[in-house]
Amino acid sequence: MNLYLELFLTFAKVGVMTFGGGYAMLPILQREVVENKHWATDEELTDYFAIGQCTPGIIAVNTATFIGQKYKGILGGILATLGVVFPSLIIITVLAGLITSFSHLLVVQQAMAAVRVCVCVLIFNSVLKIGKTSLVDAVSVVIFLAVLLVSYFTSLSPVVCVIAAAAVGILTKNLGGAR
Amino acid sequence: MTLLQLYFEFFKTGLFAVGGGLATLPFLQDISVRTGWFTQAQLSDMIAVSESTPGPMGVNMATYVGFTTAGLPGSICATLGLITPSIIIILLIALSLKAFRDNKYVDSAFYGLRPASTGLIAASGLSVLLMALWNSESTTLLDGIQWKGVILFAVLLVLTRWCKPTKKLHPIFFILGSAVIGIVFGF
Repeated sequence: MNLYLELFLTFAKVGVMTFGGGYAMLPILQREVVENKHWATDEELTDYFAIGQCTPGIIAVNTATFIGQKYKGILGGILATLGVVFPSLIIITVLAGLITSFSHLLVVQQAMAAVRVCVCVLIFNSVLKIGKTSLVDAVSVVIFLAVLLVSYFTSLSPVVCVIAAAAVGILTKNLGGAR
Repeated sequence: MTLLQLYFEFFKTGLFAVGGGLATLPFLQDISVRTGWFTQAQLSDMIAVSESTPGPMGVNMATYVGFTTAGLPGSICATLGLITPSIIIILLIALSLKAFRDNKYVDSAFYGLRPASTGLIAASGLSVLLMALWNSESTTLLDGIQWKGVILFAVLLVLTRWCKPTKKLHPIFFILGSAVIGIVFGF
């Protein structure tokens, strides 16, 4: 099989099997990419994942680009990434169409109202989970609270918050008391 | 024109959203407020669908927003917009992997970025919470409280955090269960 096609199809498979994304994808990548295809070692995968997590963009997409690039260069990186998003495009488009055409039904509205409550709980849990690794000291807690308040009470673009927080990180870590 | 705008908005989202899953949510809320392409209520439906279907959540949400805004071409443009910055940035980093990992400025920038990303998601969560548990059309504060929702919230919180047998269940079970409860109890 053409190696580029193989990359695309393998990552399409990873995309189908990932529910939720991010961390959910790691065990599937381990099986497909490390054990079946030998495109990367476990250590490399962990490295890619760590970088994919802290660089801008979706973790799943970042990791796919990394592995594709390593195996088959720039074109490989692009094809692996297109592969990982391909199933989403089809599945969501079909579902979104269905939901739009049934959204006027009372049953659907009632179901969605309760699902919205559930979504809140899921968001709350995921904030607690990532808070454990991101809120490590006083400065990070201050950044967290400042961004939370600004973002909730003003319509300032999140882009501004992200850039300002990165600047604060660089300043506090590199100025004054260089250790 | 909308297609180009969609691509650009999601390019921006892909460039500035750091972290997994819900990291794109604050940016989508921002898009909703500025463009009116979709409502906040629709956005929270999209979260539920994106969590319950295969595929990385951020990608699913982009596809969904794109479809709601401009049909199939919209979902393609939004998704491509979201992944373009990733591809560019990761390809650049891959060229100098070691230098990137050891750079103290990169490291300290992320020290500030991580709590900011958490704060953004928490703020988005608060807006969704307000929408789900409080009816904005009511006149007094107490009147608007959706008691059925508050009870469901408390029950789900216990089930997902403290109840050992259900804690590890996939979110899809809680989402589907909530949908059934919503119909049965007439939310």
